[in-house]
Amino acid sequence: MKIAVVRFPGSNCDQDALKALTEDLGLEAEYVWHETASLSGYDGVFVPGGFSYGDYLRCGAMAAAATVMNEVRRFAAEGRPVLGACNGFQILCESGILPGALLQNVGRRFICDDVYLTPGTRRSPWTEQVDRTVTIPIAHGEGRYVIDADGLKALHDNDQVAFRYTNALGEPTPQSNPNGSVDNIAGVLNEKGNVLGLMPHPERCTKSILGGTDGLKVLAGYLALVGA
Amino acid sequence: MPSVRVYVRLKPSLLDSAGRTVGEALKNLGYAEVEDVRIGKLIELKVDTVEDSRIREMCSKLLANPVIEDFTYEVVGEKA
Repeated sequence: MKIAVVRFPGSNCDQDALKALTEDLGLEAEYVWHETASLSGYDGVFVPGGFSYGDYLRCGAMAAAATVMNEVRRFAAEGRPVLGACNGFQILCESGILPGALLQNVGRRFICDDVYLTPGTRRSPWTEQVDRTVTIPIAHGEGRYVIDADGLKALHDNDQVAFRYTNALGEPTPQSNPNGSVDNIAGVLNEKGNVLGLMPHPERCTKSILGGTDGLKVLAGYLALVGA
Repeated sequence: MPSVRVYVRLKPSLLDSAGRTVGEALKNLGYAEVEDVRIGKLIELKVDTVEDSRIREMCSKLLANPVIEDFTYEVVGEKA
C-alpha cells in the first residue's frame, strides 16, 4: 500500500506524517506536490497540517482550490482512505469533502497541548482500533468546529462524529473542550466513513519517544480500508 | 474598468472571537457605547466584464465559505 502525503506551500507536518506512515505503520508513502494532476499508483492520501498558503483568505481555502484536490475528491468518492489532520482537516472541509468548517478558537489563543479524545463511533475504519479514550496532541489557533443544526443532526444520525474532546473518563465536558467546538467535536467522517478529518495530530504520537503511540490506533484506518 | 467590491461577513449566529477582542479593546479605550464588533472582509476585484452569475459563483466557490459566511457585492465604476 502506498500513501500520498500531499504537500502545499506552507505544509509543515508532512515529514511527521511520512515518518509515522513508513517507520511506525510500515506502509509506503511519498510526498506529492499540490500541482500533481494524477494520484494513480497510490492507495490513499494524507493531507498534513501546517499553514498552507499562509492561511490566506481562510485556513485551507487556497489549498482546497489546488489541482491535486480533484484527485483527493476522487479518492474520497471511491472509498479510498483519506485522512486530514489539523490544516488537513480545514482543507477537507473547505473543499467540501467533509461537512462543517473550522473557526478561530473561542479563547483566541493558539493551543499546543495533549488532549483526551474519545471516539464518537467505533463503526468506522479510523476508530475501530480506538478501544478507549486516547491522548493525542493538538496545535492550532483555528480549530473551533462549527456546523448548522441540521448538519449536526445528520452527523449524529449517520454516525459521522469520529472523535470528541473529553476528559480522561470519556465524558465530553465543557472543560475538556479546548477550542469551543460544537458538541466537543474534534474529528468527523464522510458519509461512507473512508475520509477522516480531525484537528488533533495522530502522526505526532506514533512512537513512545514522542510521548505516546495512540496515534497508531487512528492511522490503522489505512490498513483497515486498503486491506479490506 | 469596473471594480467589484465583495463584502464577506461571518454569519450572525457564529461567535466572532477576533471581533469580540476588538470590542473589548474599544471599551478599554473608553468607548463604552460599543455593544458588539464584527469583523468582515472587503475584497476588490478588477474585472473587464461584470456578469452577476459569475461573480456569485466566485463568491460561493472561493471568496466566501457559505457554511460560515454571507457575502454581498457592489459594482463600482463603469459596468462594461
